Amino acid sequence: MSSIVIKELRVSIADKEIIRGLSLEFSKGEVHAVMGPNGSGKSTLAKVMAGHPDYQVTGGDILMDGVSILEMAPDERSRQGLFMAFQYPMEIPGVSNAIFLRAALQARLPEGEELDATEFYHQMYEKMDLLEIRREFTARSVNEGFSGGEKKRNEILQLAMLEPGFAVLDETDSGLDIDALKVVAKGVNTLRGPGVGFLLITHYQRLLNYIVPDFVHVMSEGRIVRSGGKELALELESRGYDWLKAEKVEPVGAN
Amino acid sequence: MSTETDSIAIDRDIGNFFYDVTSTRDAGVGLTEKTIDYIVDVKGEPEWLREFRKNAYNIFKSKPLPTHWAGDELKEIDFDVIRYYLASGGAAKRTWEEVPEDIKRTFERLGIPESERKFLAGVEAQFDSEAVYSNIKKAVSDQGVIFMGSTDALKERPDLFRKWFGKVIPTGDNKFSALNSAVFSGGSFIYVPPGVKVKHPLQAYFRINAENFGQFERTLIIADEGSEVMYMEGCTAPKFTTATLHSAVVELVAMRGAKIQYITVQNWAPNVFNLVTKRGLAMEEAEIKWIDCNIGSRLTMKYPGVVLKGRKARGEVISIALAGDGQHQDTGAKMVHAADETTSNIVSKSISIGKGRATYRGLVHVPKHLKGCKNNTECDALLINSSSRTDTYPAITVRGTGNSTQHEASVSQINAEQIFYMQQRGLSEGQAMSLAVNGFVNDLVSQFPMEYSVELKRLIDLEMEGSVG
Repeated sequence: MSSIVIKELRVSIADKEIIRGLSLEFSKGEVHAVMGPNGSGKSTLAKVMAGHPDYQVTGGDILMDGVSILEMAPDERSRQGLFMAFQYPMEIPGVSNAIFLRAALQARLPEGEELDATEFYHQMYEKMDLLEIRREFTARSVNEGFSGGEKKRNEILQLAMLEPGFAVLDETDSGLDIDALKVVAKGVNTLRGPGVGFLLITHYQRLLNYIVPDFVHVMSEGRIVRSGGKELALELESRGYDWLKAEKVEPVGAN
Repeated sequence: MSTETDSIAIDRDIGNFFYDVTSTRDAGVGLTEKTIDYIVDVKGEPEWLREFRKNAYNIFKSKPLPTHWAGDELKEIDFDVIRYYLASGGAAKRTWEEVPEDIKRTFERLGIPESERKFLAGVEAQFDSEAVYSNIKKAVSDQGVIFMGSTDALKERPDLFRKWFGKVIPTGDNKFSALNSAVFSGGSFIYVPPGVKVKHPLQAYFRINAENFGQFERTLIIADEGSEVMYMEGCTAPKFTTATLHSAVVELVAMRGAKIQYITVQNWAPNVFNLVTKRGLAMEEAEIKWIDCNIGSRLTMKYPGVVLKGRKARGEVISIALAGDGQHQDTGAKMVHAADETTSNIVSKSISIGKGRATYRGLVHVPKHLKGCKNNTECDALLINSSSRTDTYPAITVRGTGNSTQHEASVSQINAEQIFYMQQRGLSEGQAMSLAVNGFVNDLVSQFPMEYSVELKRLIDLEMEGSVG
């Protein structure tokens, strides 16, 4: 089955090891949640999957459909089907959302082929309606002056338009009020299906009330320390993260 | 997005070609009084102009190079090896069919006849020293609008020409205005009668074809009371190993209530020294707007200005400068307030790539005795690489209690996180850079006519392609 396999991954930034032998696997059609306390390395995991240049992989591998992506530039990973929704989406002044999305889609076409503009707008409007995004949004600069909720909805819109095989959502719930969270969750739930695998990175269980995961992994000190079904999230909710440290469990590979 | 498409591959060197055109009129190499006599004789000019030119030549010789501004790169110009006048002879043609084949091919390759058919009210095409083609649509000339080369205007409308020639920019304004005054040839002359609003732009295209050559066009635009006109100029030259000199003088006169918009998109080859003096005179309630885009050249020194002479006159300079590796864009604006309630606005954006250097020099002058004058100056610089450089020298003197000025300047660098974000969406590093730069100038680019803004975006994409790594 089409999947991303992370094997014994070790990652450092400025000589400080953040991820220490992490293994995890998720397949298309599945929704996995990675939960963990602050500083456990959750966001590092997302960024290193996307190929952020500041992070150094010192061991292990990340395979997408059996092929290592570690040597690929971030844009190549993206075009191969890996999407990451940013915890803090960047502002791009002067570049409208429509132009940005068109550029991203155009970059996926073979050389010499032009994106069909009519079809593009048709699709974009359809997906904007789903995410309750107003039309004038297309002419605004990417994320510039957006509220936290607007930024996160924009991430989901980009996800919906780019139709990746694998989507990593880094703390997409942070900074969202309950209404915005519901809209974002509705968007993700609509996109759920056999063609895409989700990895939801979150600190809080709250998101998982709206996007119900198939699997939950707990991350601590750079490793997955426990994996289970959706009930694991509820257990974390009631007991917090401290009991994990107390138990000193052995790392468990996914699935 | 128009990255890496076929059209780009052709456009990369859009101006970088030349045909072997024989010039039957050639003033030879170097500059002496004999050069000036040759030009005056071959063009059949009146004696007053011979005196004017020789006087200018002496001023040129007496003034030092302005190396305290742009720097020592000016010393790379060898005035003794430059050819100051080259032409094939004959008046500018009214139809493209009459234009000699090689020259016509040049302009066809640059897309000029096509643009003329599509959206222009008139076109003048200058090849080296003289206009080879000049045509104005009948509907426009029927309104009394005059649009011709300066050489023809001197002969056909000496009254209008002489009245304003050299009045906005005196010969001794700077070393290069003096040089232009000594050897000028070509350039446009436009007169718009009172109340006439020219709907479509008039365009001139300045093409340098010859090596070791200096192009010195002289443009004079007079918009009579309540009239409106938009003028656009484009420039290219092939890339030679020796320095090419382009030193124009452009004078605008906007009479009471008139509006002039002057749009420049230059894409000079990296061996061109582009040293240009541009200034407008705005009478009561008149408006002069310079929209200026400088890409390419070895060094550009250009500070379009407006003298706000009449009450409620308005001046504006919108400029974009892109300094690629090894290039220096020394540009800016001058606003001289000389009447009450005059307003001026300067918006300048520059981008420096690689070892490129962008310099902004602004002069805003509001004397104490005036009332109700306003100036707004914004200059933003974007640095692409750590070796890129930008400098800002604003000289704003606003005196008097009833006058105000507002000045904002910023320097930013493309943020690695922005590039990563765009790369995560599938854009290559180069495409991401290009998009960020286009975004930076987007609000200014949208002020250019559509055809020009499309071209501008393409030129920026091209410049950015080579900047990554």
